[in-house]
Amino acid sequence: MDGVTVTGVRGRARIVARADGRGGTALPVLDGEGPLAPRRTRSAGAEARVMVVGAMSGPLGGDRFTLDARVEEGARLHVGSAAATLALPGQAKGEARYDVRLEVADGAELHWLPEQLISAGGSDLRVTTRADLAAGARCVLREEQVLGRAGETPGRLTSRLTVRVAGRTVLDQELACGPGAPGGWDGPAVLSGRRAVGQLVVVRPEFADGPVAARMLGECASLVPLAGPAVLVTAVAPDALRLRGLLDEALAGLG
Amino acid sequence: MHLGHTHPAPAALSADARRPDGARRALRIGLGGPVGSGKTATVAALCRALRDALSLAVVTNDIYTREDAEFLLREAVLPPERITAVETGACPHTAIRDDISANLEAVEDLEDAVGPLDLILVESGGDNLTATFSKGLVDAQIFVIDVAGGDDIPRKGGPGVTTADLLVVNKTDLAPHVGSDLARMAADAKAQRGELPVVFQSLRGESGVADVAAWVRERLAAWTA
Amino acid sequence: MSRAALLVLADGRFPAGGHAHSGGAEAAVRAGRVTDAPSLEEFCRGRLHTAGLVAAALAAAAVLGADPGELDAAADARTPSPALRAAGRRLGRQLLRAARATWPSAELDAVARRFPKGTHQPVVLGLAARAAGLAPEDAAHCAVYESVSGPATATVRLLSLDPFDAAGVLARLAPELDRVADCAVEAARRAADEGADALPAASAPLLEVGAEWHAGWPVRLFAS
Repeated sequence: MDGVTVTGVRGRARIVARADGRGGTALPVLDGEGPLAPRRTRSAGAEARVMVVGAMSGPLGGDRFTLDARVEEGARLHVGSAAATLALPGQAKGEARYDVRLEVADGAELHWLPEQLISAGGSDLRVTTRADLAAGARCVLREEQVLGRAGETPGRLTSRLTVRVAGRTVLDQELACGPGAPGGWDGPAVLSGRRAVGQLVVVRPEFADGPVAARMLGECASLVPLAGPAVLVTAVAPDALRLRGLLDEALAGLG
Repeated sequence: MHLGHTHPAPAALSADARRPDGARRALRIGLGGPVGSGKTATVAALCRALRDALSLAVVTNDIYTREDAEFLLREAVLPPERITAVETGACPHTAIRDDISANLEAVEDLEDAVGPLDLILVESGGDNLTATFSKGLVDAQIFVIDVAGGDDIPRKGGPGVTTADLLVVNKTDLAPHVGSDLARMAADAKAQRGELPVVFQSLRGESGVADVAAWVRERLAAWTA
Repeated sequence: MSRAALLVLADGRFPAGGHAHSGGAEAAVRAGRVTDAPSLEEFCRGRLHTAGLVAAALAAAAVLGADPGELDAAADARTPSPALRAAGRRLGRQLLRAARATWPSAELDAVARRFPKGTHQPVVLGLAARAAGLAPEDAAHCAVYESVSGPATATVRLLSLDPFDAAGVLARLAPELDRVADCAVEAARRAADEGADALPAASAPLLEVGAEWHAGWPVRLFAS
């Protein structure tokens, strides 16, 4: 099969969203190789909607997936995924990688709202998500990590999230958990036995003039203004459902 | 660095008498003493006595953050922007003696925010008889004890009673009720302190905080001379 | 370099304001997550590999001569909690005061002028180590040690924990402290070529969330 290497599968998806000049958003580039397949779904007004379908369950050990999305000036793109991404142990040795690169231009808007990433027992995955936003860009970006399927010991998962606005890094965070991760990841400073953790980043130019005040969202979640025109919701929850509830509530509260 | 360099001087280190802009900083007076001896009440009374003539501010160091600051706010002795609370990590004596950095920040921030100031009162959280202020933080210190805490405290001595620039024996109106012998306290204090002054006061009495306020004015006159 | 200078800088009694900060322990104790010596040890271990690693890398990078402004921005990006950003700057300003008095240097004076509101504590720690003639490894060791000694001392006060148990926790963590300090220095050297993005960004969600919770309490013993 095309894309299969001795060390694992390579998957690549690319999305480019461009203002179509009639108030809508066109997708001049929408292609996937290997297991990642982006599909256009119904559009809502000016916004183009894309669903990333995982043609295979993955990523497995040794696999390397990349996904690039670029939203050009004035375009609006919403990206979701058809199902949760399940990291599984593979035949090939070594960690799997999943690298997401997002670019949003001035006057453009990206909603990046994939389903959860589930770290199954024995898996070893490193995820990087990097969003580069222009000063006038808007973005909602959600990441959720679920440690193990129900009742399962999780695999190893390392996830780094970097958000830059106008060339300045406003958020750079890495979370490492599971067997083999640096010590204390499940202890009282980091996750304290909870199995779902998520981040929601909202970037809006108007936050530069009127920053949002920090607040608690229950016991184990907070909404904070970052050092830039962005807010971050961090939530730790017992399971994926309650995590999603916290993040949805926070997003709704931002209006 | 060249003479006439236009960069402002960096921030002051500790007890420097001048602020970065060259102006004389406010006189800093510390108030320490055991829990319940009337430090906060004395600070409140001093604020009322001096606030019309002087520009002043208060820093509190309570065990429980903001408690004393909130008392002063409730009593409306000063506008809220002139009162700052410092967290002490459960060790008020550390914050006024061994590691004064948070208190130094607080006094400097107050001068920046509401200055120029003539006087800053730094109140310690209630502590034991050995707690004193660092000379890097305050220019003079007042140790407040009270007659109800036992009339043997001056005899026991300790750094606060022995070395404070002013010893205040508070709540003298209670002496007959708690069986404290004021004359004995005065004699013991004299023996411990030599020529250092002692004030006996009752904030409920007619003269109230007047003697302490007069002492503060003298210190301020010497500071600005 | 003087090994004794490292002891002066690393001494818990060095007057730089650290005694009033619990490193998140006050919130973790109140939440019931730290209740005894074993849970303190896991707390410290988690803090070491996240905030401790990041602080040590920033400090080592500052010793190596990285631009303090770039490191300040890198620290901001790695500290989403505004309460922790404020605490980090305040501690930085306090450490800078102590360092300027202890190891007078034009470089430290220049940093005081450039950041009147303070820059993040690990950045100042690195600059102080530099002024004291210390190496990146020294600054990194100082930072990782502070990342666990602060919570341990605070927990002794908060839980009336046996101080010998707390000292035992720190001693057991010592080999890990060495390893994390080494990783931090390696990352700092990489950042000297590749820029601040090469610095580690390890995060601890409950430390971040707990810091915001703690900042909202009307009554507390520690500043953070």
